[in-house]
Amino acid sequence: MAMSQQSGILHQGATEERGENARMASFVGAVAVADLVKSTLGPKGMDKILQSMSRGQEVTITNDGATILKSIYVDNPAAKVLVDISKVQDDEVGDGTTSVVVFAGELLREAEQLVNAKVHPMTIIAGYREACDCARGVLETGAFSHAPDTEAFRQDLLNIAKTTLSSKILTSDKEYFANLAVDAILRLKGSANLEAIHIIKKTGGTLHESFLDEGFILDKKIGVGQPKRIENAKILVANTPMDTDKIKIYGARVRVDSMAKVAEIEAAEKEKMREKVRSIISHGINCFINRQLIYNLPEEMFADAGIMAIEHADFDGIERLALVLGGEIVSTFDDPEAVRLGTCKLIEEIMIGEDRLIHFSGVALGEACTIVLRGASSHILDEAERSLHDALCVLKETVSDSRVVYGGGWPEIRMARAVEELASKTPGKKALAMEAFARALRALPATICDNAGLDSADIVATLKAAHGADPASRMGVDVVRGEAGDMQELGIFESFRVRQQVLLSGTEASEIILRVDDIIKCAPRQRG
Amino acid sequence: MSLAFDEYGRPFIIIREQERKSRVKGIEAVKASIMAAKSVARTLRSSLGPKGMDKMLQSPDGDVTITNDGATILEMMEVENQIGKLMVELSKSQDHEIGDGTTGVVVLAGALLDHAEALLDMGMHPLRIAEGYEMACKVATENLDKIKTRFDFSKEDIEPLVKVCMTTLSSKVVGRLKRPMAEICVKAVLAVADLERRDVNLDLIKVEGKVGGKMEDTRLVEGIVIDKEFSHPQMPKQLKDVKVAILTCPFEPPKPKTKHKVDIDTVEKFEALRDAEKAYFTDMVQRCKDSGAELVICQWGFDDEANHLLMHQNLPAVRWVGGVEIELLAMATGARIVPRFQELTADKLGFAGSVKEVGFGTTKDRMLVIEGCPNLKAVTIFVRGGNRMVLDEIKRSLHDAICVARNLVRDNAIVYGGGAAEVSCGLAVEEAADKVTGVEHYAMRAFADALSAVPLALAENSGLPPIESLTAIKKRQLEESNPYLGIDCNDTGTNDMREQGVFETVLGKKQQLFLATQVCKMILKIDDVIKPSEFD
Repeated sequence: MAMSQQSGILHQGATEERGENARMASFVGAVAVADLVKSTLGPKGMDKILQSMSRGQEVTITNDGATILKSIYVDNPAAKVLVDISKVQDDEVGDGTTSVVVFAGELLREAEQLVNAKVHPMTIIAGYREACDCARGVLETGAFSHAPDTEAFRQDLLNIAKTTLSSKILTSDKEYFANLAVDAILRLKGSANLEAIHIIKKTGGTLHESFLDEGFILDKKIGVGQPKRIENAKILVANTPMDTDKIKIYGARVRVDSMAKVAEIEAAEKEKMREKVRSIISHGINCFINRQLIYNLPEEMFADAGIMAIEHADFDGIERLALVLGGEIVSTFDDPEAVRLGTCKLIEEIMIGEDRLIHFSGVALGEACTIVLRGASSHILDEAERSLHDALCVLKETVSDSRVVYGGGWPEIRMARAVEELASKTPGKKALAMEAFARALRALPATICDNAGLDSADIVATLKAAHGADPASRMGVDVVRGEAGDMQELGIFESFRVRQQVLLSGTEASEIILRVDDIIKCAPRQRG
Repeated sequence: MSLAFDEYGRPFIIIREQERKSRVKGIEAVKASIMAAKSVARTLRSSLGPKGMDKMLQSPDGDVTITNDGATILEMMEVENQIGKLMVELSKSQDHEIGDGTTGVVVLAGALLDHAEALLDMGMHPLRIAEGYEMACKVATENLDKIKTRFDFSKEDIEPLVKVCMTTLSSKVVGRLKRPMAEICVKAVLAVADLERRDVNLDLIKVEGKVGGKMEDTRLVEGIVIDKEFSHPQMPKQLKDVKVAILTCPFEPPKPKTKHKVDIDTVEKFEALRDAEKAYFTDMVQRCKDSGAELVICQWGFDDEANHLLMHQNLPAVRWVGGVEIELLAMATGARIVPRFQELTADKLGFAGSVKEVGFGTTKDRMLVIEGCPNLKAVTIFVRGGNRMVLDEIKRSLHDAICVARNLVRDNAIVYGGGAAEVSCGLAVEEAADKVTGVEHYAMRAFADALSAVPLALAENSGLPPIESLTAIKKRQLEESNPYLGIDCNDTGTNDMREQGVFETVLGKKQQLFLATQVCKMILKIDDVIKPSEFD
């Protein structure tokens, strides 16, 4: 590729690409990234193996668009834009990370043709914007909500979860996991705090042995010689050093002139610790959970007092525990009356596979729950967790915005039709851009078909005709039977928010790449 | 020659490695400088105007920025050439002074130098050209004063201001939403503007952003948004009508600056120290509580113990708040910044109507929104955008629009945009040139030609035939002596910029002319460039 390097203006090693070259570079980069993830789209999408560059050469197997793009190293600046939108999609709605990249890639592919046909990029952008507004309107009118009817809403949620999971590794057990995810989300009662759902991965067993537990499971050990089972537990959740309580006053140090004094001070320190433990015990608790380590001395004392002590519950764990048990996180122990203790009905040690875990049941906050995932290998578990996370995110979005749309390319076909109608009424070159937008929309169901080994041209044309004949048609791609099918009957639903975000982010990303006519790369920083 | 001999006949070198130094002299030097400046200007040319294109810049660390803001492009492209750096400075000073028109000024300077080159080829002395430019610049700015119109707005009638901001925003990525965005900017500026003194302190407008959501979700917070959360996860997430204490001392035992050691040699001392430490914490928290504060905002961190004590005392707190935010908060809430716990008293507290923690999306990001402050003189524009690049670009665009609104508050004289002012000035300069004899005559004519570079670039970027559009406007301006005719970039069918509502401030336009002329003069005066050898 021709690189026009300006002699002497920029730093050595810096490059500048202008006009056509710049545009070509960004199109090529963006389309390449889109094609990379394209084959993972849809229920029959394939997975990718990612090998990390670091020493362990860890392997990840996934078909989650955001995970793939996050892990690959891209040098092309336009490609980075696409990686970025997929990440934002993940943070914002949690699913549709592949769709958004494929959609933006298709928009750019169409734009490239238009640019070659001498349409100014700004005209294309203007057309895309109008088309996007129109498509959004159609999407909104096509969405429906069953929120007031609990039964129907649950069915909607189940369908959405199934649709999301069907493209993932959990597809064989999607019925099971969809139920799991919906149960977990409904427990939240609309609080939309995903932190209350705890996912624990344990290798061994099969995916089908995964389960939802109504209590809370902590992957930690109970101290030696302490009770393994407590009923009606009163729990103190703390964040305090339980090794030696250091003096925090700046510059303090011990300076003594004899061994005897060292021993005295040591004894004083120990006494201090004892006092602390005593004041903790005086809270009237029978379980003590600390974020930091608990040394042998206090552990022994807790054991003597018959208190279960759990050490080293990491920060997330402690916050979640406090939330679940309804206690506060305590760091000082002088005022036992004012401290709110956590409670639960039963604490016991349970076995999952080979590992012993601590199980809290009958917790104060009914919203919390734990999902224990079982699977043959850590790769499967990781991917299962990602899939489940996607499903939970989508469900959460649906709970806060209960509108749903049909899946299987139904919204895309419908939007494409409306956009094409708009194009036929629009004078000028903008209409070309709108037609291109409609084609890009249709590329999504076409990709789903292609990935499933179906005749995409035939199916998309059938769908187009069906929607053309009846504006209220519910036809979409039925991947299983390899033909157009009624989405309502098949129960393929998607969250409205996800679809809307795909549409908006995809258009925005393609717009920002289209606007570029000059790429300046600074000289890479020399690394020692 | 740089080689000399000392008294023993040994050679020694005066300028090291003479042959590796590059040196350009005389007219060659001027031409080399012009070349460099022109190539910088050429990069920016296509970003001018509402249909201007963006540039994608990749930093040495691989981060990508996409922008069409002239100052940002030049700053990020790491120009190495000295003359190129002058152009970067030029754009920056326009940015600092006016905040808008950073692309235009570079394009203009490039055009001036381009025309100067032709004059140099005719054998004119560079300084005479510079003088001619200076004279022409004076004529042009006088002409600006002649054609300027006053522009009236008030706190109630913000419509005119919104229109101006829309002009600025139309060339940016937010073009789709220019109306709501312009309204946000104008409201923000008017909220902090001191209309009596005609001044706006831009420090009071904070532009914060968070990736995600839609551009439409961008909103004006009449208060402050800080990217922090409450220090303890179990503190209340929402507060109403609270008294705020702002501290710049950490919740920790004091650390005297003088080096010292506290020696512990007996058990009693050990115990005493323990108690002293404990007392520090309770004392600090107690002082906050005693002063009547209901929310503590601290510039530094707290110890776990202090954190829990605060939470225990029902005293929500925020830690690690940056210095700028602290100042803004102090201004908004009317609180005094307290550097020592001892000095915390009830009359130093501020007030906030509502403080709440808001979360976004599926991640754990949270921000604090503080609203309902007694002193409404600090506002925050909270920007949302699809990805980081869009977000940064929106922030830059809003900054430009805010600057324009501020300039109008400062001085409400305007001229019309779309190249109308440039064409009018060009005509005025041409007319004045005819009355001047000598070399300057040519220089002034060249200046007039250079002025048309802006409308030419505008027309070119908008996909219009540049020469035809420019000459048509020139002709009409001459015939109708109507300085409001400009290039119709948005294809609305009229060339009258008054109807299109495309304005620019006189202040900004004048600054462009002055700065561009000055840089030209400076570059034309250079006749010797000595560059040391590169470091290996």
